[in-house]
Amino acid sequence: MGNPMTEQTQTSEVKSSAQGETGKNPGIIRVEGMHKWYGDFHVLKDLNLTVKQGERIVICGPSGSGKSTFIRCINRLEEHQQGKIIVDNVELTDDIRHIDTVRREVGMVFQHFNLFPHLTVLENCCLSPIWVRKVPRKEAEASAMEYLERVKIPDQAHKFPGQLSGGQQQRVAIARALCMKPKIMLFDEPTSALDPEMIKEVLDVMIELAGSGMTMLCVTHEMGFAKTVADRVIFMDGGEIVEEAPPHDFFSNPQEARTQQFLKQILAH
Amino acid sequence: MTESTMKPPKKALTPVKWMREHLFSTWYNSLLTVVVGYLVVTSVGPLLNWALFDANFQGADASDCSGAGACWLFISQRLNFFIYGFYPDELQWRVDIMFLLLAVAFVPQFIERFPGRKWFGIFGMTGLPVIGYFLIPGGNFGLETVESTKWGGLMLTLILAYIGILASLPIGVLLALGRRSEMPIIRGLSVVFIEVWRAVPLITVLFMASVMLPLFLPEGMNFEKLMRALIGITLWQSAYMAEVIRGGLQAIPRGQYEAADALGLGYWKKMGLVVLPQALKLVIPGIVNTFISLFKDTTLVLIIGLFDVLGTVQSTVTDPAWQNVAVEGYVFVAFCFWIFCFGISRYSQNLERKLDTGHKT
Repeated sequence: MGNPMTEQTQTSEVKSSAQGETGKNPGIIRVEGMHKWYGDFHVLKDLNLTVKQGERIVICGPSGSGKSTFIRCINRLEEHQQGKIIVDNVELTDDIRHIDTVRREVGMVFQHFNLFPHLTVLENCCLSPIWVRKVPRKEAEASAMEYLERVKIPDQAHKFPGQLSGGQQQRVAIARALCMKPKIMLFDEPTSALDPEMIKEVLDVMIELAGSGMTMLCVTHEMGFAKTVADRVIFMDGGEIVEEAPPHDFFSNPQEARTQQFLKQILAH
Repeated sequence: MTESTMKPPKKALTPVKWMREHLFSTWYNSLLTVVVGYLVVTSVGPLLNWALFDANFQGADASDCSGAGACWLFISQRLNFFIYGFYPDELQWRVDIMFLLLAVAFVPQFIERFPGRKWFGIFGMTGLPVIGYFLIPGGNFGLETVESTKWGGLMLTLILAYIGILASLPIGVLLALGRRSEMPIIRGLSVVFIEVWRAVPLITVLFMASVMLPLFLPEGMNFEKLMRALIGITLWQSAYMAEVIRGGLQAIPRGQYEAADALGLGYWKKMGLVVLPQALKLVIPGIVNTFISLFKDTTLVLIIGLFDVLGTVQSTVTDPAWQNVAVEGYVFVAFCFWIFCFGISRYSQNLERKLDTGHKT
C-alpha cells in the first residue's frame, strides 16, 4: 500500500469529475487491453471485459489460469501494468484516491474468509462502515444485523470468528462486504475452502444475493451455481479469456477445444 | 441431540500412590528425590535462621545488630534514602502521592471484575506521567523546585523505567511500521536507526548521553543529566521494541491486510484497527520481556552518577557506620526488582488470557 500521507484526503473531487461521463459508459466495470506480469511471467494477457450493472458473471478455468489475479485487479489488490480498468467511472491508476473510491464501491469475499479474528462478528461487519463511511455506530450495528439476518446468522453476532464453522465464517464475510453497501461484489473461490456440507449454505446466500440485482463477479468451480444464476460464463486459461458465453451455450455447446476439455474434466466426476 | 450421561473416569489418588507415581517411579527418580530432599532440608534451616530467627529488626544503629543473623535494621534505618534518594524529607509527600497514584492505576488491573479498570489503566498511561511531570520536579503551582540531582532510590528507578517503557512502545511501533514500509526513505531511516541503536551497549549510550552529548550541543542548550539519560534509554529501548513488534507484524497473514484493503480502510486505519491489535497481542510475551529487561537495565545509570535503588544501597553499604551489611542490602535490592518484574509478568499473563479470542490464524 502506497502513501499514507495522501490516503486520508478527500476523494469527492475525483467522483464528481467522473460522474459527468456516466451517460457514455454502459458498463459498470470496463477492462480494456489489460496485461499483468509477475516479474517476467506474463500472467494476464490482453483481457477485455465489460460488465453491465446488475450482471452476474462466473469466471472459471484451471488453476493457474489467472482468474483470481484478474478479479483481484478489479479492486487493486493486484496492480496491472498495461491497459485500463474502469470501475464505476473511476479509472484505477496509481492515484490512491481512485483506489480508495473504487474499494468503497467494491465488496470482496475471499477463499479463506479473512475475517478479523480479534473482533466479534458484529464488529467485523461494522468496522468499515464506521471508520470509512463514517456511519454512526448505532446505525452501523442495526444495518449489520440486517445483513447478518440476510445471511441467516444473526444469533452469532457476538461470537468471535474462531468460534464459527467455515460456512458460517464465509457467510459473515459476505455480510461484512455487504455492510459497505457496495455496487459490485467480487467472489474469489468462496466455497473452495469449505467442507462439502457447508458449500450449499454459502451458495444459497449467493443465489439470494444474485436475485437482488447485485453486480457479481464470481471465480468458482461450482458449475451448478453458474448454471442457475450466471448471465455469462467466462472461461480463462493461460492468462487469456478463451471463451465467453451465456451458461446454456457454454455448457451445452462450447466452441473452443480447451473449454471442451476443461468441462469434460470438471463434469466427469 | 441427546445429552450423554457418561462421566470421565475419576482418578483416585492417595498420598502414597501420588508419591509412588511422582517421586519414586524409577530407581533414578527415587535417588533424585532423596538428594534434592537432603539439599532442601539442609539449606532451608540455616537460611530461615539467618533471615528470620537470628535476624535483628529492632534498634537504632549498627551496634544493635548481633551479627548472628541478618541485620534488617540497616534496611529499615536507611529505607528513606533507598526510596527517595536525596529528595528533601519535608517534600516527600509529593513522591508519596505518585506512589499512591501508581497503585491506584495498576492494582485494579489485577482484579478481574474491578469496575472500569480500563480507565484506571488509561489514567496510568496518560494522567499519571503528566501529574508526575509537574509534581516531582516542582517549580510550578507554588511547589518548591527539587533539582533532579536530588532524586534517587526506588523513586528514580521507577521514573526511568516508567518513562522508558511508556515512550519506547509507541516509538517502537512506528519504527516497526517504518521498517516494513514500502517507501524506501522511511524504510531506510528506520533500518539505520534500529541497527545503530541496537548494536550499541546501553552503558555506551548512557555515557555518550551524559559526557559526550553536551560537548556537541550548542552553547546554552543543555538539559539535565537525567533527561539525557531518559532519552538515551528510550531510544535504545525503542530499537529493541521495534524488532519485537516487527516479529508480530510478520506473523499476521496477508489475507488480513487484503481484507482491510478490500474494505477501503486506509493505511493507518488498516494498521491501527486490524493489523496492530493482532500483532501486539501475539508479541505480548516479547514486549513484556523487553520491559522487564529495561526495568533492570535502569541500574546502569549508576555509571553516570545517578543513584537509583541499587546505587543508593551500594553507597550505603560502603558507609563505615554500617559494616557487613552488603548481603542484606543486595537482598533488599533484589527483592525490590523482583516485586515489580513479577508484577509486570503477572499482568501480562492476565492480559494474554483476556485478549484470547480462540483463533490462531
